[in-house]
Amino acid sequence: MSIRTIPARAIKTAVAGSSRLRHVLVTGRREYTSYNAAVAGLTPEQEEFRQVVSDFAQKEIAPRAASIDKTNQMPEDLFPKMGEMGLLGVTVPEKMGGLGLGYLEHTVAMEELSRASASIALSYGAHSNLMVNQLKRWGTPTQLDKYLPKLLTGEHVGSLAMSEPNAGSDVVSMKTKAEKRDGVWVLNGSKCWITNAPISSTFIVYARTNKEGPPSKGITAFLVERGFKGFEVGEKLDKFGMRGSPTAEIFFDNVEIPEENVLGEVGKGAAVLMSGLDLERLVLSGGPLGIMQAAMDLTLEYTHERYQFGKPIATMQLMQGKLADMYTKLSASRAYTYAVARACDAGNVSRQDCAGSILYSSDRAVEVSMEAQQCLGGNGYINDYDAGRLLRDSRLYTVGAGTQEIRRMLIGRGFNEVFAKAEGKAIAQ
Amino acid sequence: MRPTVPKLINILVPVKRSIDYAVKIRIASDGKGVDTNVKHSMNPFDEIAVEEAIRLRERVPKSVTSITALSIGPAKSVDTIRTALAMGADSGIHITVPDNTVVEPISVARAIKAVIEKRAGGADKVDLVIMGKQAIDDDSGTTGGMLAGMLNWGQACFASKLDVADGGKTSVTREIDGGLEKLEGQLPLIVTTDLRLNEPRYASLPNIMKAKKKKIETLKPEDLGLDFAARLETISVSEPPKRQGGGKVENVEELVAKMKEAGVLLGASGVNGDLRPRSTGGWGGKQGALTVQQCTRPIVVHWHS
Repeated sequence: MSIRTIPARAIKTAVAGSSRLRHVLVTGRREYTSYNAAVAGLTPEQEEFRQVVSDFAQKEIAPRAASIDKTNQMPEDLFPKMGEMGLLGVTVPEKMGGLGLGYLEHTVAMEELSRASASIALSYGAHSNLMVNQLKRWGTPTQLDKYLPKLLTGEHVGSLAMSEPNAGSDVVSMKTKAEKRDGVWVLNGSKCWITNAPISSTFIVYARTNKEGPPSKGITAFLVERGFKGFEVGEKLDKFGMRGSPTAEIFFDNVEIPEENVLGEVGKGAAVLMSGLDLERLVLSGGPLGIMQAAMDLTLEYTHERYQFGKPIATMQLMQGKLADMYTKLSASRAYTYAVARACDAGNVSRQDCAGSILYSSDRAVEVSMEAQQCLGGNGYINDYDAGRLLRDSRLYTVGAGTQEIRRMLIGRGFNEVFAKAEGKAIAQ
Repeated sequence: MRPTVPKLINILVPVKRSIDYAVKIRIASDGKGVDTNVKHSMNPFDEIAVEEAIRLRERVPKSVTSITALSIGPAKSVDTIRTALAMGADSGIHITVPDNTVVEPISVARAIKAVIEKRAGGADKVDLVIMGKQAIDDDSGTTGGMLAGMLNWGQACFASKLDVADGGKTSVTREIDGGLEKLEGQLPLIVTTDLRLNEPRYASLPNIMKAKKKKIETLKPEDLGLDFAARLETISVSEPPKRQGGGKVENVEELVAKMKEAGVLLGASGVNGDLRPRSTGGWGGKQGALTVQQCTRPIVVHWHS
C-alpha cells in the first residue's frame, strides 16, 4: 500500500488556512484596494502613517460599520482606541501630547477612517479638527492644560457649535448671545446640527457678544463644559446617513461661563470661526475620498466576481466605462485635496482651494457612490452590501462644513476680490 | 555544564517579514514559488512573541533588562524590526540578505545561535528567546526546535502561557493534542508561541515615531561567519487540485466501500463503531472522490462492522 505523495507546497497551501489567524481575520476586511500610492505622492513616512491608520481602521472599525449604521450607535470603545493610537492629536505639537504632524497626515487619517466607516470618521473629524485643532490654535496655556489631555486620550469627546436653527449658511447672523454679568458670561440660545453633542464633554460655542456694530465683529468663541448648569443636549437625531455619528441640538438657559473660557479674543470670534472653517473643509475632504475609495474597491471586487453571459460584468464595455469614470474622479479629487493640504502645511492656506477641495470631492463622492450602487445592480439595493450606506453617507458632505452653494460663492467672491483690489474698487456684494 | 541562573533577563525575539495573512496567495509565473509582490508584514506568531516579551517586562519589570528584535531578511525587513520597536522592543539587529533570498530554517537557527554566542558572557547575554512557532509563509515550524538543539537549551514549544519567576525559574503551559501540558524549567530557554498566548497590541502612532530613534544594528552574514547557501531546491509549486463534488452515503459500510474505491483508505481496524476523523485530513484528486468537510489529505478510519 503506497501513500500517495502530495507535492509539499500543495500541502502547505492547502493547510495554510489552519495556520492563519482565523480568530483575527475579521469579515469586514477587504484584501484588495485600488489606492495608488505612487500617484498619491506621499513620502515614505506618510505612506507608513497611512498604512498604520488603514490597518487599525480595517480591523477595528470596518467590520462594525454596517451594524453601526443599522443601530444608529457609535461604539463606546472607539474614541479611547483612537486616542491610544495617537489619532486624536495629529496636528497637536508633540510637547502637548500630539503627533506634531501636518494637515496632509490629518487628511489621510480622515480618509482611511472614512474608508472603513464614514460616520465614525465624521465624528473623528469633528473632534480632532473642529475641536482639538481649534483649541490648539487659539487656546491659552491654561485652557490647553485643562481640556487638551482628556481630548487627546479619547476619554473626553469634543464638539464645535456654530449653526443655529435660523443661522446656517448665514452663520454670522446667529442669535445665541452671551452677556457679561457680575464678571461671568451668561449664555442663552441654542445650536443645531452639532456632531458628537450626545457624547461630548467639551464644546466650542460661538455666541454674539456685541449687540451693536456689524454682525461679523460681534461674535466670541467660548469653551463650554457639558456639566455647566443650564446646558442641555437634545435628543439624538435620526439621520439619513452618517448614522454612527451622533448629532443633536444643544440648548443654553442662562449658562454661566467664566471669563477664562473665552477662546481667542472677545469680539474676534468670526476670525476664529472662518479660519477654522478653511482647515475644517480641507481635512474633511478626506471623508469623501474615503467613501469613494470604499465604493471603488467594493465595485471592482463585485464586478469582477459577478458573471453574466459567461463572463465577469467588469469586462463589458459599459461597465469598464463606469469603472474608469469612478476611478478618475476619485484620483483627481485626491490629487487636488492632497495638493491643497501640502500648500497649507507649507503655510499657504487658501480659502478658495480649501473650499474647492471639498466642493469637488463631495460632489464626486455622491456620483461615485451612486454609480457603485448601480454597478451592483439589485445587490446595490439591499443593505447586505455597503453601496447604499456609502451613498447615504456621501450626501452629508455637500451640506456639512458649508453647503456647495456657499463654497461656490466663496470661490467666486475670492476672484471678485482679487480683481476689485487690482482696480481699487470695493467688492460687489 | 548547567549555565548559571541569571538575575536580569535579556530577551531576544526573532521576527520574520512574511506575506500578510490577509493576502490572496497566487502562484508565481515560474511555478517555483508564490507571487511576492504583495503586502508583507510581521509573521503573526512573531507579533505574539514580541507582545509576550513586552508583557513579561510589564509583569516583572525589575527582571527584564532588554528586549532585542532580530530579523534575517532583505532591506525591507527593517520595517518589521521597526514594528517590533514600536510595540516596545528596545533595539534591533538586522542581518541583511539580497532581495528574494530564501533563508532556510536551519540557516535561521544558525544565525540566531551566532547572535547569541556573540553576546555570551557580556551584560547583554541572551537568557530567553521567544519566537513564533512557525512562519505563515513556509509553515516549517522547525527553527525553534533546531535552535534549542544547537544551543543545548531547553525548549517549550506551542506555549499558551509563559511565566518567569525570580531566579530564572520558568513555567510554560503548552497546547498539545491531548490537552494542556505544563512544563517547568530554568533559563536559558527557547519558547515558541502559539495562537492563544496573547493578543498583540497595535503599535500606536506615537510609539512608531519614538521607535525611529531606537537603534538597529545592521550585519551581513559574513560578519557572523554565516553561510546562507540553500540546501533545498523547490521543484514546483502548484495549487491544490480543485474540489470535486461529493455524494451522500447511507451508512458506514457504504462510506468505507467508496473510500476503498477512491484508493485512499490507508488502513482500518475494528475498534469502535463511530466514524470520526482522527485528524483534519481528507483526500481528493480522483474523479468522483468523496470529500468530507475540508479534507485535503488521506485519513485513517477506525470502524467496526
